[in-house]
Parts: sequence; C-alpha cells; structure tokens
Amino acid sequence: MTDSIDITDRHAPTQDLSGAPDRDLMSKFDGLIAERQRLLDSGVRDPFAIVMDEVLGPTEAVIQGRRTILLGTYNYMGMTFDPDVIAAGKAALDGFGSGTNGSRMLNGTFRDHMEAEAALREFYGMSGAIVFSTGYQANLGMIATLAGKGDYIILDADSHASIYDGCAMGNAEIVRFRHNSVADLDKRLGRLPPEPGKLVVLEGVYSMLGDIAPLKEMVAVAKKHGAMVLVDEAHSMGFFGPNGRGVYEDQGLQGQVDFVVGTFSKSVGTVGGFCVSDHPKFEAVRLACRPYIFTASLPPSVVATAATSIRKLARAHDKRARLWENARTLHGNLKALGFTLGTEQPESAIIAVILPTQEEAVGMWQALLEQGLYVNMARPPATPAGTFLLRCSLCAEHTPEQIARVTDLFAAAGRAVGAISTNALERKH
Amino acid sequence: MSDRQETETIIHRLIEPFNKKGVSLTEATTFAGDLEWDSLTVMDFVAAVEDEFDIIITMNMQAEIETVGQLVAAVNKLKAA
Repeated sequence: MTDSIDITDRHAPTQDLSGAPDRDLMSKFDGLIAERQRLLDSGVRDPFAIVMDEVLGPTEAVIQGRRTILLGTYNYMGMTFDPDVIAAGKAALDGFGSGTNGSRMLNGTFRDHMEAEAALREFYGMSGAIVFSTGYQANLGMIATLAGKGDYIILDADSHASIYDGCAMGNAEIVRFRHNSVADLDKRLGRLPPEPGKLVVLEGVYSMLGDIAPLKEMVAVAKKHGAMVLVDEAHSMGFFGPNGRGVYEDQGLQGQVDFVVGTFSKSVGTVGGFCVSDHPKFEAVRLACRPYIFTASLPPSVVATAATSIRKLARAHDKRARLWENARTLHGNLKALGFTLGTEQPESAIIAVILPTQEEAVGMWQALLEQGLYVNMARPPATPAGTFLLRCSLCAEHTPEQIARVTDLFAAAGRAVGAISTNALERKH
Repeated sequence: MSDRQETETIIHRLIEPFNKKGVSLTEATTFAGDLEWDSLTVMDFVAAVEDEFDIIITMNMQAEIETVGQLVAAVNKLKAA
C-alpha cells in the first residue's frame, strides 16, 4: 500500500462536486492535476516519482544514486531478504513456473497455496484460512460477501480504503462510528433494529497515526448487541501478542473475533491477503466471494515465500523484541526533540510526526530524502482533520546506528523548516 | 412550532460550529457545494445529528441527502419510524 501524498489511503472516497456536464470524462481530474502541479511548482520533487533503483536490504535502497534509509515501508519484520524465504521462492519458481494462469477456484490452486493456508491456520490457531491475491481484495471480498442486503456493517470512521470499498461493493446498510470510541459504537449498535445480521469492522492498528484500537471493550460491546466481528490486523501481524497474531491476541481475545483479515505485504514480506476464522461454514466464502473467484491466484513463488515467512514469524521472538525496541527508541527521540507525534506513547511500529502545514511537511520530507532518508508523507483527507503527517514505520532490522542517524536527520530538517525549536527541549507547536 | 420547524431549528444549530464561512442557511443550502464540507466534516456533523435525535443515518441514506431541506425531511422520517 502506497499512501504517499496524493493517495487517499483511508476514509470514504471524496466526491467530485463540480457536477459540470462535460463530455471528456477525464475533465473530472482537472482539480487533482492542478493541485499536483502547484506542489511541483513549489520546487518539491515529485513524491510519486520515487524509484528504488537498487534495494540493498530490508532497510536500505538506492534512490537517485543515493543510499537511502527506508523508514516508510511496511517491512516490519524485515523478511524480504531472509535466506530461507528467498530459497523457497526460487524453488517454487523453478518447480512450478512463474504464474498460475487462473483463479483459485479453477486451475489456480497449487501446492503452495495450500501450504500458505496451512501455515496461516497454524499461525493463528484457527480452523480456516483463505488466501486472496491482495490484502485489499481480502477486505473487499470478505466485507462485501459477509454482509448482504438487509444486514448492517458498522465501521470505524477512520477505516482503511479497502474496508470502505468493501462496504460500497456490497448491499448492506453502512453505519459509521467515531474513531476508536467504544461509547459511540455502543450507542449506534443500540439504535439498530435487533433482527438483522450485523458485522462490526475494526482494525488492530490504524495506520495513519499508528494508534491501536480498544478491541477488548469493542468486541464486548459488539457481542452484547449480537454482532459478528471482523478485525483487520494488517499492521500488527508478527509482533503483537504472545504468538504475533495481532492486537486482538495481545488484548486476550483469542476465540472471540469471528474473522481476522491480514496481508502478506507487510510483516510477511511479499504480496497477498487472507482471512482466518474458526467459523464451521467458513469454506463457503470460496463459493460466493467475487474478489476471490474472479481474479488470478498468486504466483507459486509468492505463496511459497509467504508460507516460509509465516512459519518463521511464528518463532521470530528476537526480531519482535528488536522491532519494539526500535519503535520505543525512535518515539522517545522524536518526542524529546519536540515533535508532536500521533500517539503519546509508542503504541505500534508506526510513528507519525504531525505537522501543521503542507509547507512544513513537504519541506521536511524533501530535506530528509535529500539527506538519504525515506518516510511517508500523508495529508488530508487521508489523515485526521487538518493534519499533515510524516509517517515512520520501523523494521526489526533497523540498526541502532540507523535509528541514531534518523534522529539526527529529523532534528536538522525539523529545525530548518521551523517545526521544532533550535532548543531541543522547547516545543514550538 | 411544527415538528418540521423544530427539527430545522435544531439542525441549523448543529450546522453552526461547522459553518466556517458563515453561510446563511436555507432549505436549498447544499452541504458539499455551499458549505464546502469535506468528508471528515460530514462525518462529524452526521454523528452530531444522530446523537441529537437518537437516530441512525446510514451512509446509504447520506448519499441521497445533499441539502439542508432534504436532511430535515430525512430526520423527521427517521424520528417517526
């Protein structure tokens, strides 16, 4: 998922409000084109033109001839260059070819798709696992298929775009509640008629600010009102909970969440999506879910790397500890410098630096990049009201030296644009 | 005061904190066009309306509501239900 400056990664789709009749369907993008041009005219380099010419490892790449620390990928557990993972992918490529040429439902299920699903069942300790071609499709497919006409979906207002799109694709009634508000969820569930089926959709970690959900209270409220629960654990797999299953496990909810959705593109280190469940009828999803059926399955090398990576993640206690250590260290350093952060405490592996204006955000982003540090930039409507973010996502493989360098670069760039005071302990905002 | 007038008065009051440009409100005032609300403002405002009247305005319903007048009508219908 690339949620850089112009990508509306989260929130409901923005509406085009011009309404002017025009036969050129592309005219509707004029506003976007002009806005992007304004940004480029301000002298900033195109945030969409980032090309990694060489990838040196999970934490470094060469961008425009410069060695650059990667602090804006979701490679949390640093599995992309794991020797066992690479070997599994190569063997699958040699043995099964480059692609499947078909849907999971027909000719597109190979040995390693079954292996990946077996690895997921073991990892989560659940009876059912279904692999989708992307994480986006996993949310799209599960949500649109589970909640049908007359049912209700109740979702957090800050939900990921794939959740909103799953709602838009299906035929259920959609109800939003205020971000992470247990009371708001309770009130809204209480106002709904008791008879229809209800699906409460939550995320373990919300990726813009890196804050976690009070899942324990929310799941209790959902159960009280007879709703089923789906939790997206995309940004927590591998390092939350005793077995790395996610925020739900960390909060003691094993066996209480009906569906867990996840992705291979973050901690697992490849691409793909999945849903796991203990529901006895879970397999029926394969027969009804259009984003599962009407698309090609993942290439054999991808599912082979996923299966190997998932099995290693289950035992990756050292990496888990290093990732948390990195997150705590950087959070503490940035806070001490006087930056305003998305969370008071380090809640996840995402640390969001909040800036008040686009100029400061763009200026800092550019300065960091020129010094060899890549972070994600995000702005409204992708971000909570009126905030511009420089989002750092940590990797277990970031070294203490890299974290120190990142801290120095943030200090210099922050002072250059006036985001922090030259006196490190004095907050400007 | 009729039910409709009363609902309208309350809705005007709820709009005020979000009416940054001080647009004068009529039945035909549009949320996206006249008030220039983005999706986040709409979310906050809808939540406030829902809590005030103890109703649910689903996103499916919201898609059909463009003007203040349409919102007043929808709220009255939901209150009666």
